[in-house]
Amino acid sequence: MKEINQLNLPDNLHYAEDHEWAQKDGENIRVGIDDYAQDQLGDIVFVELPQTGDKLAKGDVFGTVESVKAVSELFMPIGGEVIAINKNLEESPELVNTSPYADGWMIDVKPTNAAELESLMTKEAYLEMLKGL
Amino acid sequence: MRYLPHTKEDVDAMLATVGVGNLDDLFATIPKDCCCRLDMDLPEAKTEWELNDHMDNLAAHMAVTPEYKVYLGAGSYDHFVPAAARYVLSRGEFVTSYTPYQPEISQGTLQAIYEYQTLASRLMGTEVATASHYDGSTALAEALLMAIRITGKKRVALSATVHPLHRRVVRTYFDPPGYDLIELPYLADGRTDFDVIDTLDDLAAVAVQSPNFFGCIEDLKSAANRAHAKDALLVASFTEPLAYGLLKSPGSLDADVVCGEGQSLGLPRSFGGPGLGMLGSRMKFVRSLPGRLVGRTKDIDGRNGFVLTLATREQHIRREKATSNICTNNSLCATTAAVYMASLGGTGFRELSQLNHDKAEYLKGQLAQAGFSAPFTGPTFNEFVIRFPDDFDDIYHRLLNKKIIAGLPLAKYYPELSDCTLLCVTETATREDMDDLVKEVQS
Amino acid sequence: MTETLGTTGLILNEPLLWNKGCKGRSGFSMPRRDVDVADLDTELVGSGPDFPDLSEVDLVRHYTRLSTWNFGVDTGMYPLGSCTMKYNPKTNERQCQLAGFATAHPLLPPELAQGALSLLYNLGQYLAEITGMDAVSLQPAAGAHGELAGMLLIFAYHRSKGAQRSKIIIPDTAHGTNPASATLCGYRSVPVKSGPNGVLEAEAIAAVMDEETAGIMVTNPNTLGLFEHNIREITDIIHAKGGLVYCDGANMNAVMGIVDMKMIGIDVLHLNLHKTFSTPHGGGGPGSGPVCVHKKLEPFLPVPRVVKVADAYELSEEYPESIGKLDTFHGHFGVMVRAYSYILSLGPGGLKRVSQLAVLNANYIKEHLKGTYHLPHDKPCMHECVFSDRNQAVHKVTTLDIAKRLMDYGFHPPTVYFPLVVAGAIMVEPTETESKEDIDSFIDAMKQIDREARENPELLYEAPHHSKVRRLDEVTAARKPCLAG
Repeated sequence: MKEINQLNLPDNLHYAEDHEWAQKDGENIRVGIDDYAQDQLGDIVFVELPQTGDKLAKGDVFGTVESVKAVSELFMPIGGEVIAINKNLEESPELVNTSPYADGWMIDVKPTNAAELESLMTKEAYLEMLKGL
Repeated sequence: MRYLPHTKEDVDAMLATVGVGNLDDLFATIPKDCCCRLDMDLPEAKTEWELNDHMDNLAAHMAVTPEYKVYLGAGSYDHFVPAAARYVLSRGEFVTSYTPYQPEISQGTLQAIYEYQTLASRLMGTEVATASHYDGSTALAEALLMAIRITGKKRVALSATVHPLHRRVVRTYFDPPGYDLIELPYLADGRTDFDVIDTLDDLAAVAVQSPNFFGCIEDLKSAANRAHAKDALLVASFTEPLAYGLLKSPGSLDADVVCGEGQSLGLPRSFGGPGLGMLGSRMKFVRSLPGRLVGRTKDIDGRNGFVLTLATREQHIRREKATSNICTNNSLCATTAAVYMASLGGTGFRELSQLNHDKAEYLKGQLAQAGFSAPFTGPTFNEFVIRFPDDFDDIYHRLLNKKIIAGLPLAKYYPELSDCTLLCVTETATREDMDDLVKEVQS
Repeated sequence: MTETLGTTGLILNEPLLWNKGCKGRSGFSMPRRDVDVADLDTELVGSGPDFPDLSEVDLVRHYTRLSTWNFGVDTGMYPLGSCTMKYNPKTNERQCQLAGFATAHPLLPPELAQGALSLLYNLGQYLAEITGMDAVSLQPAAGAHGELAGMLLIFAYHRSKGAQRSKIIIPDTAHGTNPASATLCGYRSVPVKSGPNGVLEAEAIAAVMDEETAGIMVTNPNTLGLFEHNIREITDIIHAKGGLVYCDGANMNAVMGIVDMKMIGIDVLHLNLHKTFSTPHGGGGPGSGPVCVHKKLEPFLPVPRVVKVADAYELSEEYPESIGKLDTFHGHFGVMVRAYSYILSLGPGGLKRVSQLAVLNANYIKEHLKGTYHLPHDKPCMHECVFSDRNQAVHKVTTLDIAKRLMDYGFHPPTVYFPLVVAGAIMVEPTETESKEDIDSFIDAMKQIDREARENPELLYEAPHHSKVRRLDEVTAARKPCLAG
């Protein structure tokens, strides 16, 4: 497992307490899990995602991610309608390990409340939180 | 005692290491008000030889072949098991090992179960089969719960021709969550009336057994069409897997989930257990399947090997969200079934299946000639229902006195068939036995 | 060169069944055909299953070779915590194979099945006597099935009182089957943490117990190998609010002839015949999980029940409040015959000695290894003890590595990574059937592995070295499952 100073945490993303990241992409917000999460989980074998059209609130479970020996729930960092899911993860769940911020993205959300994005953590705040864990 | 190797010297040395004076002191941390089971009122220990006599005596008070001719099926079948099959299954490495959680030293069990999964899925006509469940009834209950999970609907239509005891178990499982169980009646020919399905909404599954409890072969393709028209899954069950040596497999007839009792595949009847719950489905439902699955993989040196896989469905990981609570399954029974299927082979399995069918048809024909009618006229496999005219009890008990158990009287399970019995004939009945039965019934 | 128990040896590879054999071969003596072939509607007829055709020799070699790749209790020590891998007596096999038992149909008229019914009746009585409970059902087919039975009984009880409750308290040390069984019954699990001493504290239970809670599922002794010494206070708290206490009896091997389960406040308990009562594990089953109940739950037990009328045994379904049925017939009768034989072979004194020696063996291992492996709870244990990999972690050696290396030494690894409350848990349960010298051998191997962790950790990261296959790729097996050939 990586040390905190070895983690790759891009500056321009918003981070949630449960280790999801969110990124504004035009009108919508793209969501995935960060380097800390994928490193902790180990080799990911399966990702379960919601259906497009599903409407979920901030904090709702939107899916699960599985390694060989563990399952973790994925929580919405912001509320909204799921407008796209990354279908490549079905065949290649390992993309979440190798490229958690790019090819390993999970869902695109049309947010109900744009302010929720601002209430997430910056990289610095998130790092502080990790150190406290 | 031969299973307890400690000598007095061993015990003394070990107590000294632990730092207590005697064995009772080991339990000093248990509050005194919890310890009271000191003198258990149980029989004194028997020597191995006394135990043999005791058990021989109990076993002698049982009606079994050859003293009795037992024409009973109804979910538990008499088939020949080769000595070679029994022999390999007695090997201590299969019998005394645990669940293969440490795969490097469990490849015997793992390959044996992978082979079972493969042969079972070929028999049932499914893309995948699990490593086994407790028996046919619990496999059916789990299959229906699986359909409920997959479709998100809470209603199931279950045919009245599914084994009555399997239906009872399903009702027990369905009671607390309050799922809705609708019964599909049967027609004059002994098969399920599917018309009721057209009137139902929000159906998760339709469950039909074939051959059914009456031995009649159901129209599974028709059942599948009706179920799918209602966006429900077809769960096809069986109690006599040997039938599929001859009949089209349920999977090939569009069943989505196939389940049943595998006891016929080399397991002794053993007064009803342990049996073998078989379960298979389409590959797209694999993550909803309950129970263990063995998968093929490679080791770090590139050798082929097997492991338990997709364990994230199971209780030890998913806990309250698991697809089932199952932990111990019936692994040795599944291995037994694989050994049996392998000893028969595809050619032998078909031949034996044909023989079962033909023997039962012979008895049916002879009884018909003697004036005993079969109320259900459709094709059957190795079981069928016969009506005894006049006094049913009188005939049944007369035969019993001649040490012939003439099937299972149906009065208890189907009051409308209280003058009928369910007869089963397998390859173990000779023509001579059957002629004798016909003669006795007539006299 | 020092000889360890684990060594190399010639074992043979063996292909998959369908990669062997030849069409037309047979391993089966086809019974004589004495009737004509009868027609069957061709619409119904299929082509038969695609099984390979093998000779008897093919079959025997195949399975003989496969068996040599397995490690069983007959091979060596198998200290799997929570599984009670004790020796499986061979006389038990002789008894369940007697024709009167093995070939008996379960729906025989009861007057023609007196031998089996007598055995079922008496086994139930013996289990009630051993546990101190009032009544027993032998129907559940495995421990988890017994847990489900317990949940169904609790559900039925509350319904009969006109109050449906929705939650059940489950400690963090519970086996995964506990919350899974609760869910099957529609109960929501309310987790509760064990105290710093590894046992449940009454205050923590009192804090969550209310009239919406159906009860609690405890394991006693618990999965840390400790006796829940606050149990009576806890059961009083549950009962005071009208709840019931379920006990997971998987660890019964520690307390036979010592603890009275009814007296400590248990309302329903399941037993694992394949653990405490010596029936073999068979590579993962079949087992048997009877439930033993307080008389308040007796009306709800599954049917049919064996009753004694004068000197004969009958099957009765006269229980209108019964939860119904859990298997098709009577449960795993073949497994029960073995457990019955075991109880008769040991007698009351023998069973108590089993528990005493099981606890002695575990404490002996604990004392010898506590200096080497981190012991989260340094106090007297019951029949199992839990270590962790904390001392070896500094060399980047994990519990997994230790377990894999033990195989090279000729031992089956202990249970690993359970209970979840101990990170890197190593749960050792020797059972009473291991001799002092075999246990000393195990202790030496564990100490040697610790030395290797310090001096030559590569050996551990790459273990096992001597087994038929080495570490397997479980990731690909899960990503791209190949479940049939």
